[in-house]
Amino acid sequence: MIAYLLRRLVWGAVTILGVLLFLFWLFVLYAQPEDVARRALGEKAPPEAIAQWLVNHGYDRPAVWNPEAPLDTRLFDHLSRMLRFDFGASDADDAPIAARLRSGIGPTLGVTLPLFAIGLPLSLALALGVAFFRDTYIDRLGVVVCVLAMSVSILLYILGGQFLLGKLLRWFPISGFDPDPGLALRFLALPVFVGVLAGLGSDVRFFRTVFLEETGRDYVRTARAKGAGDARVMLRHVLPNAMIPVLSAVSLTIPFLFTGSLLLESFFGIPGLGSITVEAIQNNDFATLRVMVYLGALLFIAVQVATDVAYTWVDPRVRLE
Amino acid sequence: MSDLLAVEGLVTTFPGRAPETRIPVVDRVDLRVARGEALALVGESGCGKSMTALSILSLVPKPGRVEAGSVRLAGAELRGLPATALRRIRGARIAMIFQEPATSLNPVQRVGAQVMEAIALHERVSGAEARRRALALFEAVGIPDPEARLRAYPHQLSGGLKQRVMISIALAGRPELLIADEPTTALDVTVQAQILALLRALAADTGVAILLITHDLGVVNEIADRVAVMYAGRVVEEGPRASVLGAPRHPYTQGLLRSMPSRARPGERLAEIPGAVPAADAWPPGCRFAPRCAIAMDVCRVREPEATPLAADAAARCHALVTP
Amino acid sequence: METHVVVNVAIAASVAGLVIGVALLRRSRHTREQLGGIGRRRPVATLALALYFAVAVLDSISWRDGAGAAEPRSIVDRWFPADFAERSYSAPLADVEFYGGAPLAHPGAHWLGTDILGRDVLHLALGGARVALLIGGLTSLLAIPLAILLGVVAGWFGGRIDDTVFFLLSTLASIPSLLLLVALVMVLGTGAVQVCIALAVTSWVSFCRVSRAETLKLRELDYVQAARALGASHARILWRHVVPNLMHLVVITFVLTFSQLVLSEAILSWLGVGIDGSWGQMIDQARDELARDPVIGWNLGAASVALFGLILAVNRVGDAVRDVLDPRTLRELQ
Repeated sequence: MIAYLLRRLVWGAVTILGVLLFLFWLFVLYAQPEDVARRALGEKAPPEAIAQWLVNHGYDRPAVWNPEAPLDTRLFDHLSRMLRFDFGASDADDAPIAARLRSGIGPTLGVTLPLFAIGLPLSLALALGVAFFRDTYIDRLGVVVCVLAMSVSILLYILGGQFLLGKLLRWFPISGFDPDPGLALRFLALPVFVGVLAGLGSDVRFFRTVFLEETGRDYVRTARAKGAGDARVMLRHVLPNAMIPVLSAVSLTIPFLFTGSLLLESFFGIPGLGSITVEAIQNNDFATLRVMVYLGALLFIAVQVATDVAYTWVDPRVRLE
Repeated sequence: MSDLLAVEGLVTTFPGRAPETRIPVVDRVDLRVARGEALALVGESGCGKSMTALSILSLVPKPGRVEAGSVRLAGAELRGLPATALRRIRGARIAMIFQEPATSLNPVQRVGAQVMEAIALHERVSGAEARRRALALFEAVGIPDPEARLRAYPHQLSGGLKQRVMISIALAGRPELLIADEPTTALDVTVQAQILALLRALAADTGVAILLITHDLGVVNEIADRVAVMYAGRVVEEGPRASVLGAPRHPYTQGLLRSMPSRARPGERLAEIPGAVPAADAWPPGCRFAPRCAIAMDVCRVREPEATPLAADAAARCHALVTP
Repeated sequence: METHVVVNVAIAASVAGLVIGVALLRRSRHTREQLGGIGRRRPVATLALALYFAVAVLDSISWRDGAGAAEPRSIVDRWFPADFAERSYSAPLADVEFYGGAPLAHPGAHWLGTDILGRDVLHLALGGARVALLIGGLTSLLAIPLAILLGVVAGWFGGRIDDTVFFLLSTLASIPSLLLLVALVMVLGTGAVQVCIALAVTSWVSFCRVSRAETLKLRELDYVQAARALGASHARILWRHVVPNLMHLVVITFVLTFSQLVLSEAILSWLGVGIDGSWGQMIDQARDELARDPVIGWNLGAASVALFGLILAVNRVGDAVRDVLDPRTLRELQ
């Protein structure tokens, strides 16, 4: 088991390195520095200003290989700063990126944590229910509803939710945010509700497939042959076994949480990491965007490794390897 | 003699390729198992013998379903029983063990807990009592170091040990009938012999009747009192072991016996039955064995033969027995 | 080169790719007869998909009327009069403008009304089908062949090659796809081809993963081993025995990916970096119309219904394809 965990940790480290190299290639090598500078300073910036901007942002140094001072390269700079979480300043307004991120984490967690904490149990419970009634009209209806729901773009969920619940019914404020936790709740309710609803269709359908796949296994037949009833078979045998594929699926949906939050935040005016990303896109702020991509990947890798640790707890076959 | 299990006219179907059609995979099967008796149900893979076993316990996987016939346990009809009543029979009066011990045990539950669940499902017992009984069962089925093995997960046990665990789960409810579906097929040859010896000893000790499903006539010889031979969904020959294996009357049974390696003399070429078992949606009219039968007559291709009573307690389904 | 020529070539290549894919598929033992059953299982969805496809192809074939004409027009464009635009919003089948009530140039002719710039909404909605086909077709054309090549070679040869491909796979897979998409589009620049390249980079991972895993399985099969023993070259075995037998998984992945591609483009449009003329862009342009009073809904409605209809049809057909071609293995591989 220790060897397994070590292997996964090494995998995580190697993948982080891979992501950093990819980002270096994309943002530092592929994107033309003059182009980046012009996007940041505006099309009509004088050449001297652009030259000065390039020096300020370290573009005068060699990219990968510096025979005189091997560490004085943009690659080394990129790697060491990203790994130390020293993110520098935004391309758009020279404000420190790290400070902006710190202010954005709270609102983002305010959206994503409830989204996760409500959405996952809800879709698991619904899927278990639908799978329990397999081959009946409840199951068939459930599947049709799921396919309909997952065919609707998240944009329409946002627009529809805001229009219906915010504008017509006036249950929630249409958009905005207040850092005071009591008031924030009022503003977060609608985005969380819309986010949960938008993810429900595909999640329920996927978890139903997982549950049904498990109900077809031999050990389920054994449990039935013992005389166990449907509810007992579902809860005591199918559910614990299904947790293994569910766990890996959930770990893969964490980045989607991030994606969903990005749209929800920017549309509902919540000043979180998602809004920062959208602003970076609109302002051609490569520096901030690079950091956001890096953090997104870091989160994903961390969740993957954490999932591998969780396997050892859910699945005795891994634990006792 | 009153039968413990009496199956009559059992039909189990699956949906066919064309919509709204259903294909029988078990076709009007009759079986009888007396108390304490071991009946072997023999046939090639795909002949419907496993489905027959699952039909008895109403465990046929969807979209299959039992269409017709009766299944009586000690005279009481099981078909049409509500789910709760069926549950009280499964595991308690009729227990079942399966072919693949590797996948038939819950992989994330300790095997001891799986045995104890089988006990607790049918009797009100304390945890300690269930544990004591599980331990006794493990000892009875010959699991070495049973105390430690109770805490093991399935993947930590060998195939033979897993099958012993399955057997102890089956015996947990003290059943009157044990259905064993190919219990040794997935095991090594030496382990096969041990498991068969165990089943034989358990039957002698506890008086449990056994319905053994197998394709292996060697296994039949080890354990069965009576034998029923299935071909393409139907029982084609039935009788005491000595007569079916010693003097088979149906050409299919004869062919099966001739193709057994252990029966062949050294240097002799092993006999084979030409062709293969037809799929359930391609059964010929008339006798289903006719296309592969060396002595098939014209009538065999047109009309299905009735079961012809032979000696006491024996019958075969072949036109050649009536009009030689 | 002019845009409409690029688009025409891209669509033609996509259709050709589809034909090659089907031809490869027909060589495999799994699939020949089964694919025909999909139309019977899902008649409505298949018909809807065929309609979308037909509109998309008809809208892709465009040409200029003589040297003097300003804009090239497609067959679909020619269903509408050349001077069909109004000055601004008009309701469906209205005779006058929505705001102000000025008379329209084509009263009662705009079945779904016009948008803020006076363009016919039905015309715009039909045009979205072409963009959707472009997104699915061009992206697949870029992603699938390379993904299969890398996946098959990695799975077949193993060792260092496999390690490298696996490293690439897990690196790209660990960047949340929307962030990766946005980053790529920002660096590559906006435009139809650039967006498709970005989508290809994010979507090739699943194709490559499936090909690699299935190759690992196929490599051990008897008939493949036999071909090796008979001295067939690696390239021959891969092309004759391995690739045809994993095409069905590629098809399933394609159908399941297609709706994701179109939905992703809608999100990109929302963020302002999508493809011109897509339904996502229509939705993006209409986002403020719900805040107007009275509400203007036909523009948003048309784009939403068109997008929803396509995704629903693809999802329904996708389910059938998965059931028919492969009930189990795909999930096990992923």
